[in-house]
Amino acid sequence: MALKDITLGQYFPGNSPVHRLDPRTKLICVVLYIVALFLASWFVTYAIMLAVLGISIAVSKVPLKSILRGLKPVLFIVVFTALLNLFYTPGNTVLIHFWIFTVTLEGVYRAFFMVVRIMMLISGTFLLTYTTSPILLTDGLESLMNPLKKIRVPVHELAMMMSIALRFIPTLIEETDKIMSAQRARGADFESGNLIQRAKALLPLLVPLFISAFRRADELATAMECRCYHGGEGRTRLRQLKYKTADYLTLLLFLAITVGVGVLGHFGL
Amino acid sequence: MSVIIRTDALRFAYPAAEGVTPVVLDGVSLDIEEGSFVAVLGHNGCGKSTLAKHMNAILLPSGGTVWVDGIDTGDEDRLLDIRRTVGMVFQNPDNQIVANVVEEDVAFAPENLGVPPAEIRQRVDDALKAVGMYAYREHAPHLLSGGQKQRVAIAGVIAMRPRCIVLDEPTAMLDPIGRKDVLRTIKTLNRERKVTVVLITHHMDEAAQADRLIVMAKGSVVADGAPKAVFSRVEELRQVGLTVPQTVALLWELRQEGYDVPLDALSDEECAQALYQLLQAV
Repeated sequence: MALKDITLGQYFPGNSPVHRLDPRTKLICVVLYIVALFLASWFVTYAIMLAVLGISIAVSKVPLKSILRGLKPVLFIVVFTALLNLFYTPGNTVLIHFWIFTVTLEGVYRAFFMVVRIMMLISGTFLLTYTTSPILLTDGLESLMNPLKKIRVPVHELAMMMSIALRFIPTLIEETDKIMSAQRARGADFESGNLIQRAKALLPLLVPLFISAFRRADELATAMECRCYHGGEGRTRLRQLKYKTADYLTLLLFLAITVGVGVLGHFGL
Repeated sequence: MSVIIRTDALRFAYPAAEGVTPVVLDGVSLDIEEGSFVAVLGHNGCGKSTLAKHMNAILLPSGGTVWVDGIDTGDEDRLLDIRRTVGMVFQNPDNQIVANVVEEDVAFAPENLGVPPAEIRQRVDDALKAVGMYAYREHAPHLLSGGQKQRVAIAGVIAMRPRCIVLDEPTAMLDPIGRKDVLRTIKTLNRERKVTVVLITHHMDEAAQADRLIVMAKGSVVADGAPKAVFSRVEELRQVGLTVPQTVALLWELRQEGYDVPLDALSDEECAQALYQLLQAV
């Protein structure tokens, strides 16, 4: 098992117009997109949403294959939702009826739209993480949540924790790899046995990993203090986030789409 | 020359456990002069790391006083002034790097100090050039070698523009090449930028390159002076469990055999010269 191959956040470096957008623009657009998805109600509105998603993916130059691969882990949930909707939607037009199951025409439509909605929801959010580096994403979140500081939400601290977590993922993965090799060299077996046996085999891996993580945290805290870290107060940033014309236009466009889809959806289109 | 760090009868003991108070530092009085390159040498557990941590108020003395640029380190209101004057680099580079891009990490300290963005950019570039890591400014730290990571950590401290850097065994986890690079970086900083350097180490060859060598054992200073003079005191050093550089050891052995050779040869060339003169005389 090559632990080093795991990439978190799945960022695809690139220089497309989508990549260049301010992270805050992308975050807001994703929220608007999700709202619009839930306002969509029939073929017309869903077609509009599909077009929005399709154009966004095309502009971002992220290969469609990677987006589809991202859908694989949620396949189970999609199928499960589809089945539930298919069998448990009451309606007048009964298509099939056997034993306790009834499939209505309404149920078929509903299941179909539900599946499309979930898949588009996930593809859309994936596009965000595919085109935004984790640092920019954290910066964007911190900046967007800034107003929450007024009600004493520790926004800076949360963002700092997130970026440190991202920074230490590769370090801890490397460490896990090392401990695993060391344990294997002494006869530990991580790959055979049933689920419970495997979980038990992980225990001697987790204990040293946790101990070292705590030691690292302690040293990191000291090193941060040595570099004058004293919380978010009076802190400046090397990288300033700035909205550009493209950002305003994109935001307006997404707002218009959401409103439009909301209105059309209201009329059952 | 002005004194940048002064310790006076510095005493430090960890809180008593089971009645015994483990004394780590026992009456250390030192003056570190601005612009000097000081090495602190000693065995594990001699208190050298504890001494380092007193130099920028990570630890506070149990007795005695430490002044950094005239500020008592016990003065909590001036903590940031103390820490921006004396920067600190630790052993494990992995545990000092905060951000996941090199230049973001170097920017961390100036960001904390509230430096305007344009000046941060300038300081980051300058610091990265000073340690020879400018070409790697957009790399992820975990893809760098140990020596490179440690140089990034040093850049992260330099970006604060400190007048003094304390390095606590910065080469202990590095391979020979990384060690050489880091040491060269430290020396350049001292010579060219006049940054005061306090290098905590247990490597004789690193200590030999300093202007002044302080040897510690059991929480106190046992020798203090120019490396050549300190290393000539072979018996004393061996008594506290330290070895001397191989060149000095060789000359000392010869001396025991009754040959008249000087002891203060730290480099291979000096040693060769001393042997050459001895052979010519015979």
